[in-house]
Amino acid sequence: MSHGEHAHTLDDPQGPPHIHHMDPPTAYHAAKFGMWLFLATELLLFGVMFAAFAVFRWKYFHEFHEASSHLNWKLGALNTAVLLISSYYAAIAVDHAQHGRNKQVLKSLLITIGCAVGFLIIKTIEYSEKYHHGYFIGGENFHEFKTFLPLYFCMTGIHALHVIIGMGLLGWVATLAAKNRFSSRYYTPVEVGALYWHLVDLIWIYLFPLLYLVG
Amino acid sequence: MGHSSGSDIHGELGHVLPLKTYKTVLGALLILTIITVAVSRVDFGTMNLVVAMVVASIKAVLVALFFMHLKYESPITWLYAGIPVFLLGLLIGGVFIDDPLRVDPKNATVSVAEVGTSKASARDHAGDHHGANHH
Repeated sequence: MSHGEHAHTLDDPQGPPHIHHMDPPTAYHAAKFGMWLFLATELLLFGVMFAAFAVFRWKYFHEFHEASSHLNWKLGALNTAVLLISSYYAAIAVDHAQHGRNKQVLKSLLITIGCAVGFLIIKTIEYSEKYHHGYFIGGENFHEFKTFLPLYFCMTGIHALHVIIGMGLLGWVATLAAKNRFSSRYYTPVEVGALYWHLVDLIWIYLFPLLYLVG
Repeated sequence: MGHSSGSDIHGELGHVLPLKTYKTVLGALLILTIITVAVSRVDFGTMNLVVAMVVASIKAVLVALFFMHLKYESPITWLYAGIPVFLLGLLIGGVFIDDPLRVDPKNATVSVAEVGTSKASARDHAGDHHGANHH
């Protein structure tokens, strides 16, 4: 039995630093609760934009309806599926970590990150379409939908930023899995990283119908 | 250690779910996405928005309960997951109570009402709802 596979028992000197201050279950639950607290603030960050979207859609209904029909709902739907699948593999990564299967954790996380790359590529195609039609910020047709488009770029842009941050976070967790750091006694980074990723998915679940379908 | 992945049990730390659960949830999420798209192709008026938001909320609850394991979390986690949802409801509800009832100061007196082009163009952009506030 290799030393790395079952690392981080209590008497393991190579365990993560916090393990010396708290017993492993306490450290695990504290870290997870901390992420839930952070996700609560994230929800409110996007919540303000959703509130702005709601009131402007109500006030400028025709502009929003017209502008929404200019978005490519097929690419939006495809991106929804890509993110849902990425979330599924993030959940699967946690399951593998719970059983100490580091190789499968790595594999699942790489699929998740691959989906994230796919999402960003599709998003870039959409943005460049908007750019070529002069709907990008500063474009000659931007004024046609001057309430909808800033909200669209703000909401999808900040969401894309979260996708990029999530990729970095899961990439870091993947390197830990590659070093066989996880076991059924210690997999906090996988669980916490996956929680963050699921929020990115959650936000898109609302962004897609609001922006692309009912506008 | 060495839990079989087919059992629904408490792990040493978090809750271990059978793999089948994750697959079922993913299937449901993809089907719900197809439903949202299909419904949006038909014009039901305001019902389109209602259906889209209800379906999105079902998806969000599925992701939170199973992918994020909220179903097996402590009451304090439920509380902290619920607070932002409540606050968001308060914010959006508050905005809609405030805005429709707000009297445009430009319309409060006759003389100031003639502010000219900027307001006229704003009126052009305003939909049916907002137009009713102007005279």
